[in-house]
Amino acid sequence: MNSVGEACTDLKREYDQCFNRWFAEKFLKGDRSGDPCTETFRKYQGCVQKAIREKDIPIDGVDFMGPNKDKPET
Amino acid sequence: MVKYFCCAGLLKSNWDQVCVAFWQRYPNPYSNHVLTEDIIFREVTPTNCLISRRLLTKTSRAPRWMERYLPKHMASSAYIIEDSIVDPLKRTMTTLTWNISHARLMSVEERCEYQINPDNSSWTQIKREAWISSNIYGLSRAIQEFGLARFKNSVTKTMKGFEYHWWCIVGETPSRTLAETATERARETALAAKEKAKDLASQAHKKQYLLQPNPQLSLLPAQAALQLLCPLILLLQLLK
Repeated sequence: MNSVGEACTDLKREYDQCFNRWFAEKFLKGDRSGDPCTETFRKYQGCVQKAIREKDIPIDGVDFMGPNKDKPET
Repeated sequence: MVKYFCCAGLLKSNWDQVCVAFWQRYPNPYSNHVLTEDIIFREVTPTNCLISRRLLTKTSRAPRWMERYLPKHMASSAYIIEDSIVDPLKRTMTTLTWNISHARLMSVEERCEYQINPDNSSWTQIKREAWISSNIYGLSRAIQEFGLARFKNSVTKTMKGFEYHWWCIVGETPSRTLAETATERARETALAAKEKAKDLASQAHKKQYLLQPNPQLSLLPAQAALQLLCPLILLLQLLK
């Protein structure tokens, strides 16, 4: 998949490859030995957050899992 | 007023494989309208849960009968946020997805919980809930009903997209029978939704000639209402 920032797609794919490997082989097996993707994530985030600001995408101001708090069943 | 929907699903693969497939579900043949996908926040909590926020850009294809009602300035893409919590100890994954664009016209929120099936530990059960609401005076109920119909269609495609990626990960060809059945069901539901939308548009067009002017009412003019209704139909593909 492409990134919302066209220039970030390669960084995104590099990070995704690292994350998918760590997620399946370490995280899900309870291995807490550390995240080997910290550096690639930092580079990817630097790029994608800049693209989000430039495109004026309204991602700010929403709490994590925020909209679903106290949601009624109607 | 909010329209609520709840359903349960079953994936015949284990919870670990479902979680791995969850992060690799795009692209797949059932979500060609997803343009971009980005993780914009992620961390491991002190209790060793993985919390993530994903930003998606999606676009929709307008039926030909709708095109003449679409305002030219309306954006062709929509932004969706998906928050998730993966707990490897409890073996649960919870996701919440909602649109952050066009939300004043219609808000669609979907919450899913993925857990090990209690009857078969090598399968994964999914509880899916959705809340659909619209604030357009005079049309909110029609939009919510339509939204619900399209959401049900999107659930089928979401499950097939998931299964497609699971098959890819294990290196086998997806079952043609299952894929064809899901595609046929999705096609039928989409056709019903399209007919309903055309009917709604036609009724709104007729009302233009029947409504008596009343300074006390603040109904939207029929043409403006159509211009708002049609993009909402496009929005209802957000959760596919």
